[in-house]
Amino acid sequence: MKEYFQKYLMLRKHNFQVAVKKAKQRKMCYVFLAPYAILFTTFIILPVITSIYYGFTYYNILEPARFIGLQNYISLILEDDIFLQGVKNTFMIAVITGPIGYIGSFLFAWLINELPRWVRTIAVIIFYAPSIAGNVYVIFSQLFRGDAYGHINAFLMDIGIIDTPILWLVNPDWMLPICMVVILWTSLGAGFLSFVAGLQGVDQAQYEAGYMDGIRNRWQELWYITLPGMRPMLMFGAVMSITQSFGVCDVTMTLCGYPSTDYAARTIVTHLYDYGFSRFEMGYASAIATILFLMMILCNKAIQSLLRRVGT
Amino acid sequence: MSKKKQKEPKPYKKKLIKRRKPNRSIAGDIGLYLFLALVAVAMGFPLVFAVSNALKPLDELFMFPPKFLAQNPTGDNFSDLFVTMGKSFVTFPRYVFNTVFITAVGTAGHLIIASMGAFVLAKYEFPGGKTFFKLVTVAMMFSGYVTTIPTYVILNNLNLIDTYWAVIIPAFAAPMGFFLMKQFMEGIPMALIEAAKIDGASEWRVFSGIIMPNVKPAWLTLIIFSVQRLWNDSAGTLIYSEEKKTLVHALRQVQGGGIARQGQAAAVTVVTMVVPIAIFIMSQSQILETMASSGLKD
Repeated sequence: MKEYFQKYLMLRKHNFQVAVKKAKQRKMCYVFLAPYAILFTTFIILPVITSIYYGFTYYNILEPARFIGLQNYISLILEDDIFLQGVKNTFMIAVITGPIGYIGSFLFAWLINELPRWVRTIAVIIFYAPSIAGNVYVIFSQLFRGDAYGHINAFLMDIGIIDTPILWLVNPDWMLPICMVVILWTSLGAGFLSFVAGLQGVDQAQYEAGYMDGIRNRWQELWYITLPGMRPMLMFGAVMSITQSFGVCDVTMTLCGYPSTDYAARTIVTHLYDYGFSRFEMGYASAIATILFLMMILCNKAIQSLLRRVGT
Repeated sequence: MSKKKQKEPKPYKKKLIKRRKPNRSIAGDIGLYLFLALVAVAMGFPLVFAVSNALKPLDELFMFPPKFLAQNPTGDNFSDLFVTMGKSFVTFPRYVFNTVFITAVGTAGHLIIASMGAFVLAKYEFPGGKTFFKLVTVAMMFSGYVTTIPTYVILNNLNLIDTYWAVIIPAFAAPMGFFLMKQFMEGIPMALIEAAKIDGASEWRVFSGIIMPNVKPAWLTLIIFSVQRLWNDSAGTLIYSEEKKTLVHALRQVQGGGIARQGQAAAVTVVTMVVPIAIFIMSQSQILETMASSGLKD
């Protein structure tokens, strides 16, 4: 046992020496990376680590944090019914809008790529404008207003499908579907733009080689040439859509109110916001954030391993 | 005689629809166009609605039954908004300056710092590099709301609270732009860099002269992401002095002004969305420009 341990130590020491040597050779790499690394550590890593620590404490912002172990997590999972409702809603939203938004934005980027230049320009602007336009989704609260002044209600009553206005954003049956539509509308963007840019980088010569090798239709071309050629952008898009679809809160809070009827539109982040900024239980909120964080990392792992299989 | 005529090849006829690529059926093309047009209409509809709302006079905003398009479009809402903003105690141009300054400096710094880091991570292997990149991707997933308080404490210790830098410096560290640049730079062949080095280029020269021009679509994308985020950042928790507050912050206060301000609120929605969209329209032709002619390919 002792021998084994010594050997292990020696190996570690050797590896370390090799690493140091390599690092010395590549000094300029660290110089280039340093500005970003320093800023990133101060403004992202440090706050994240502090928050994870707060997750194990009782912290109400006014008093110093008091360590309480796993108490926050225990009450989150065992006692907090509204949190579980939030988890359910978030999963519903993520499972539906995430993949649709991701695949949709790739398909549009891909289809647009073949169009003549001016059509492509207009199409890119139309598809991307909603996600760049800030909080324009507020406009949906006028479209879906619950009384007869709302445009959707007025339209449906006009053509005779309904005779009393539907409370779109107050009725729990309608809230989530409407939010999903709005989220899809706003979230087609980030991935889309990087896909459009990434498609420009796929080597044209590969397509020609593909025709020689007997690729028959556009779908085979997509699977065997285009997708593998832009795998880095696919990964970027996946991470973006995970962060977006799990982090939903602005849209549901603006449209369905905060809190929403029966908590039907409560998401994990809404719950976190509630505890962090309305009740000032920052420790509890940090615990929620940590759970969400773990969920996203797992989801990311799964998607990355799926993406590795693309084109084989 | 007649035999000779038969042997003559048919004159070359130009096809009615030019096929740009093999492997494409016309029926499929038409179907796709239709599908795209449908989705485009659905995507554009709310934006058109927002603009038409802003052009409606106040009585039309509350008309029953509601009309989708403005019947008598006016610019009154915009001029009213200008009057309201003109009466505020900090002048309107000052708000514009604040936002433009924060957006411009934050984006420029983020672009340079993030691309420098992304370049070495994408093209060289060095101890710690991979770990750092993993950290960046993972850090993107932590909810921004709970980190507000630790971030505030850090900024406070650095004496940055209530200055523009409280918004600008954290924006430099945004993981998204870094991630994007790294993914794009991976596509540049190593041979290009080595060739430049043999010709005697320094690392900085390689970075600024070869890498950056070749990933133009990526950094324009990064600029758009960053401008969009900073432009819409109201920075309410980090900047207290009214004269340093951003335009979006001031405009949102108008938006919250109740029924009498509904018309102006609609105008605000349009004003805040116009600038990022305009910047996007200006730069998008560059993003769509093909990289094929840039010497990028092996």
